[in-house]
Amino acid sequence: MNSVILRTAASFLLPLLIMFSVFILLRGHYLPGGGFVGGLVAAVGFVLHMFANGLDETRRLLMIHPGYLLPCGLSLALLSGFTPVLITGEPFMTGVWLDDPVPVIGSIGTALFFDLGVYLVVVGVSLTILFTISEEVK
Amino acid sequence: MTQLIFLPILFQACIAVLLLFFFGKVKIQKIISIAGSALNLAVAGGVFYVVRLEGSMAVQAGNWQAPFGITFVADTLAVTMVLLTAIVGFAVSIFSAYTLSGNRIRFGYFPVFHFLMMGLCGSFLTGDLFNMYVWFEITIITSFVLLTLGNEKEQLEGAVKYFAMNMLASLIFLTALGILYGLTGTLNMADLSGKLMAIENRGLVNVCALFFFFGFGIKAALFPMYFWLPDSYHTPPTAVTAVFAGLLTKVAVYALIRVFSLVFIPEAFFNNLFLIVGAFTILSGGIGSLVQNNIRKVFSYLIICHIGYMIIGLGLFTQAALAGMMFYLIHDIIIKTNLFLMSGMIIKIKGSTDIRQLGDIYNDHPRIALLFAISLFSVIGIPPLSGFWPKISLIWGGIEKSDYLSVGFILFGSFITLMAVARIWSKVFWKSSTVTAPPNAPLFFDQLSKRRRFWILFPVGFLSVVTLYIGFGADNIHLIASRIAEDLINVDAYIELVLGK
Repeated sequence: MNSVILRTAASFLLPLLIMFSVFILLRGHYLPGGGFVGGLVAAVGFVLHMFANGLDETRRLLMIHPGYLLPCGLSLALLSGFTPVLITGEPFMTGVWLDDPVPVIGSIGTALFFDLGVYLVVVGVSLTILFTISEEVK
Repeated sequence: MTQLIFLPILFQACIAVLLLFFFGKVKIQKIISIAGSALNLAVAGGVFYVVRLEGSMAVQAGNWQAPFGITFVADTLAVTMVLLTAIVGFAVSIFSAYTLSGNRIRFGYFPVFHFLMMGLCGSFLTGDLFNMYVWFEITIITSFVLLTLGNEKEQLEGAVKYFAMNMLASLIFLTALGILYGLTGTLNMADLSGKLMAIENRGLVNVCALFFFFGFGIKAALFPMYFWLPDSYHTPPTAVTAVFAGLLTKVAVYALIRVFSLVFIPEAFFNNLFLIVGAFTILSGGIGSLVQNNIRKVFSYLIICHIGYMIIGLGLFTQAALAGMMFYLIHDIIIKTNLFLMSGMIIKIKGSTDIRQLGDIYNDHPRIALLFAISLFSVIGIPPLSGFWPKISLIWGGIEKSDYLSVGFILFGSFITLMAVARIWSKVFWKSSTVTAPPNAPLFFDQLSKRRRFWILFPVGFLSVVTLYIGFGADNIHLIASRIAEDLINVDAYIELVLGK
């Protein structure tokens, strides 16, 4: 799609959408949101960029193949599950939290890293699927 | 110490994630998968040993107390299944590495395979019905991928039937979960066990039990619901079918055993239902195996036939019958995997699956034929071999309950199995072969290098040794089976372990 309006808008919207997705990711622990929705929003940002500038541009912007986000996200999620086993000896997946909340982000605990893992997996999977489809269309 | 329970699940997850990092790199993936499966065998063996030594263990994931959190329970039944999964996984991993085409591996065969193993271990170890549903979904989704990987027309046709029936089964399972949760407000199996007894609306409880029976029954390929199995199991590569044959129907049998001993206290109606369905399963599977000409379809029908034994064992519900059922389950997982690996070898050697054309195996490869004979005779249950001992316990259970009809069906099933195996033996091994122009099989067995031939034979040999151990070390296996049977009859220990009263 070769439209100046779309291209200009997409280059502004991509960082905005990624910021918004991080916001959704962070508020997800007690409020609606979380890694899954956040990941989808971030993926939408890249898809919009792909519509405006073409697949090759988006690939260059991402630098790595989105498929690699999948094992990264999974291992992050697994590690966050292992943390309580290693640190406090509590069962797998028990939430371990820092005592003092960090400004802006809020309380940091293993649940956040688990969500971050989900976020990466969702971005990776949806972008891999969409890239593959649009490759075949071309 | 109790954290050990998670290890079989997490270890498989770690292998799968590690494999994803090397997506598309065939050689590294093979090495990781085989080494990982070998290590996993040690892990599962260790967990089995610890549980046998120190008794059952339970852990609440996330440290939320039962019944609110998700419980993982490792009792003798669960760890035995996990150990069997590890044995099958090890054999199939090697067989896959040496028989699958590079393209299948490049498109993610091994990560999906290990996710399937993870799902199986999860469904054996969980103590929560909804969690079991989730693990079942993982096994189903991964098995879809394994079934369709390669994109051949025949595969897709089989996969459609498999998909449709398994989705239906999941839907029924989910409906049953919904009703159960509405009735009791919990899905923890130990908690349900007590709460379901107190419910006055017995009609609804029984309807719910029927839903579970049909949901698991489709997956286990019981009598009226088995037809998807022979239609889909012969389409994917043999390595895939071997896992499916060994473990996927058995995980549903495991679920039936768990649910109908722990959650629903067996009533006369359900016992009779199991006996009737089991008898018909033996009958239809056995007759099916006699008329088929595709060697893999013959074995597929034999799977169905032998599921019937276990269901009859569950229906009789005496100590002897349950021990026989468990012994049969242990024997069956190993032997069915081995049968399908063997069918893969036969296809590699001769390049055909049609037993009217096959032949000459005994003539050309007498030693390999002898190796196959161990498994084939074990399936029938020639006395010192593994198929013999569980049948004695099952028949004893039937006589105890003076249910001579079931005893008759068990004997009849053995007879039909004997006929089917004799037919395979005479037609595939003794008859002279008429396979003509070799079809598009990638590489015939005789043309492979010596090293590769050894590694293709190794898993079959490994599983044959395990089978021989089950036969000759029947004492030890029977000890485990009786222990499990005791646990199934007296569920109080399980409930106390989980709820900690």
